[in-house]
Amino acid sequence: MKNYEVTFIVDPVLSNDEIETTSKAYQTLVKDEGCSIVNVDRLGLKQLAYPINKRSSGVYYCIEFSGDTGAIIPKMELALRRDERIMRFLTVALDKYGVKYNEDKRAGKIGTVKKDKKEDKKEDKNSRGRNSRNSAKTPPPAAKKEEAAPVKKEEAAPVKKEEAAPVKKEVSAPAVVAASTPAPAAEVVTPETPVTPTPAAEAVAPVFAAAAAVTTPPTAKSEEE
Amino acid sequence: MASRDDIKFLSNPNIGGNEKKYCRFRKFGIRHIDYKDADFLEQFVNAQGKILPRRITGNSLKYQKKVAVAVKRARHLAMLPYVTDLLK
Repeated sequence: MKNYEVTFIVDPVLSNDEIETTSKAYQTLVKDEGCSIVNVDRLGLKQLAYPINKRSSGVYYCIEFSGDTGAIIPKMELALRRDERIMRFLTVALDKYGVKYNEDKRAGKIGTVKKDKKEDKKEDKNSRGRNSRNSAKTPPPAAKKEEAAPVKKEEAAPVKKEEAAPVKKEVSAPAVVAASTPAPAAEVVTPETPVTPTPAAEAVAPVFAAAAAVTTPPTAKSEEE
Repeated sequence: MASRDDIKFLSNPNIGGNEKKYCRFRKFGIRHIDYKDADFLEQFVNAQGKILPRRITGNSLKYQKKVAVAVKRARHLAMLPYVTDLLK
């Protein structure tokens, strides 16, 4: 028994049904010759590295089959060569390692390993740029929501206490605009956040403002302390 | 003025050369090189799409030959370019 693998590119201009029928035609051809199909892999529409027949993309198919003799190969290649729907083809005899590789690939062993390697490398390369971008863009909204809630609680508690006890702090920092206080406070908590407030922050703001209107200075001071 | 002792080497001999190159196929036990995996084969090709020599990749002779065959197959199937610029 010998194992073979034929990869061919089908013209992408054809409709999906026609593309399917072309691949089916070669599967039946392989079967008619007394070979058993191991696997049919549709690699899908891909960009070509260089134009073939003035097409810049193609649909890749890969049929792996095993047969006793190689008598089928010339027949199949002749058919592929005559077929106008086929842009390019390649027939390869697989050794035992190739057969094993394909089995492993189908089992999902190989793809993941290589992907992991590549992703690691890519991450290593892009780590600096990506991390800085991520820290600048994505995390802050989430962080804001999380941190916005605690801030409220923290300030709600001190306000109650300070409403009861100290009056002198109100004198020390008077007439702070209620609207201006929440923004700096938020910035202190998350320095990386953009200046434009997100909806979450805006939702917090009125509550904050209301609380701040009652006792603005104590809240500001409590954070400073 | 630079004295003659300062111009011994065109490049600094102290930079690089510490890591010994190795054949990744031997090391990780990869026995088969898939010609359909263009991303993998790109590692053995320079920015013009030329196959890198063994002295740079560190492949053993056996696997360098297999890499070369796989790259050529990938080129035939338009998964890798024959000639290009700025591949990477």
